[in-house]
Amino acid sequence: MLILSLSSVTKTFGGLVAVAGVSLGVERGQIAGLIGPNGAGKTTIFNLITGSIRPDDGHIFFSGRSLAGLKPHSVVALGVARTFQTIRLFPRLTVLDNVLSGCHCRLVSGVVAALLRLPSQRLEEKLVLKRAMAELEFVGLAERWSAEAGSLSYGDQRRLEIARALATEPKLLILDEPAGGMNERETANLMDLVGQIRDRDITIMLIEHDMGFVMRVCHRVFVMENGSLIAEGAPLEIQTNPRVIEAYLGRQDD
Amino acid sequence: MAHFVEQIIFGLTVGSVYALIALGYTMVYGVMKLINFAHGELFALGAFVGYIFLVTLNWGGLLGPALAIGCVAIIVCVATALAGHALERVAYRPLRHSDRLAAVVSALGASIFLQNVIMVVWGAQYRAFNASLLPTIVWRVAGQSVPLIRVFVFLTAVVTMAGLYLFINRTRFGLAIRAAAIDQGAAKLMGVDVRKVIAVVFLIGPALGGLAGLLVGIYYGQINFNMGQMYGLKAFTAAVIGGIGNIGGAMIGGLLLGLLETLGDAYISGAWKDALAFVALILILVFRPTGILPERVAEKL
Repeated sequence: MLILSLSSVTKTFGGLVAVAGVSLGVERGQIAGLIGPNGAGKTTIFNLITGSIRPDDGHIFFSGRSLAGLKPHSVVALGVARTFQTIRLFPRLTVLDNVLSGCHCRLVSGVVAALLRLPSQRLEEKLVLKRAMAELEFVGLAERWSAEAGSLSYGDQRRLEIARALATEPKLLILDEPAGGMNERETANLMDLVGQIRDRDITIMLIEHDMGFVMRVCHRVFVMENGSLIAEGAPLEIQTNPRVIEAYLGRQDD
Repeated sequence: MAHFVEQIIFGLTVGSVYALIALGYTMVYGVMKLINFAHGELFALGAFVGYIFLVTLNWGGLLGPALAIGCVAIIVCVATALAGHALERVAYRPLRHSDRLAAVVSALGASIFLQNVIMVVWGAQYRAFNASLLPTIVWRVAGQSVPLIRVFVFLTAVVTMAGLYLFINRTRFGLAIRAAAIDQGAAKLMGVDVRKVIAVVFLIGPALGGLAGLLVGIYYGQINFNMGQMYGLKAFTAAVIGGIGNIGGAMIGGLLLGLLETLGDAYISGAWKDALAFVALILILVFRPTGILPERVAEKL
């Protein structure tokens, strides 16, 4: 079953065609990789899925529902969460508060209930706190809960971003270069973490330049170049696909 | 130094009103990076809405002072919150994606418009807020006089601010406000409805300003259509002193400004009162534009 599908999605910025008629589908429970040279349009695809920008043409469906016209926070409420290529935590908030901010969209109680501190709202806050701590436990940051997010190491900040995204209870988690700037040990830990997330029945779609990471972790890989999809398939097929090799290494006929 | 403690109490009273108004400036700035220049007019509107019920309709005589003040305070908060909300819809929301300068000009325009609406409705002359609600009790504490009305104004402001502080720092919605203040884009993608955050900020800020207006009316016993101008500027100064965008800073900045003014008034000269306040504004802007709080404490909203 497809959890996410794009059908001939196009996005232009001024005269630049960032995404040109891309169609792709991600199976539920898969780890899908999106690769391609810089400027291929990968992050634009992510921004289109999360509703930060709107496609000029084409449709995006999530769990059989069109995402057309939805605002980012509504897309999150449907079950799509993301992390960013450059870390975008709330640096001056605590680690725990960062995760709690992700829980926000699942709260039922409104502002009035919060102001009056109704019992139902207090109970909800308690449950949310528990869930947030569980996510911190999951990524291995539980004992740093009271630290300021900006004070964490780079690798820990990446993990915190993942915990914050998980707190929105996503069905699809989008990771933009999760291993970027990580050392080998951190990358290995991240691979484990990505596997554990998938074991929670969360579909994952990721952009990554570390090919070793992509080939080992992903079930299916999509390759983009100049805004178009040039190949898709299992990691092994992609590694031997001549068009992909050409896109990455250039033509070999000179 | 006989009256030093009295001056301090007076300063805290005035300062707590500044702080209450300053919160409106700082909350809006924190989330939208916009100075809501019409905030002073919402403050004035609060005073005039209070005037309707306490003076024109004489609720104080009908309900008794305690009940009247309580009910009118709620009505004033709701009325100014709705006015603030309407202001956001009409003057700021359409400009969300345009230049920041456009929003500033719109804010100035809204300020002039509101001021004139108040003038057309209630006239340009001073209105006596002769509600005489609170008994004129003056306590003597260690040789110093402590008037009930000052204690009342100060405590009302402080309790309101404490409530706000808890709301911002202890509830999930407060967290959403803080998150949106740091990075609106990231907050949206974590499921925070930033439009709702802005709407709520534009309800709470004006409500606090309106309440301050009511307190000033009760305290000074007279109100005027352009009272929002000077109070607005002073409160803006208080917000800058505390570091604009910083909620705790606005509270402290307001109290400090009140103290500075009254002590200057008492020990230097009354004529220098306003000049002192604005010299403080200039000095802060020149030497410490992020406000007086140390960097780590100065957590923006």
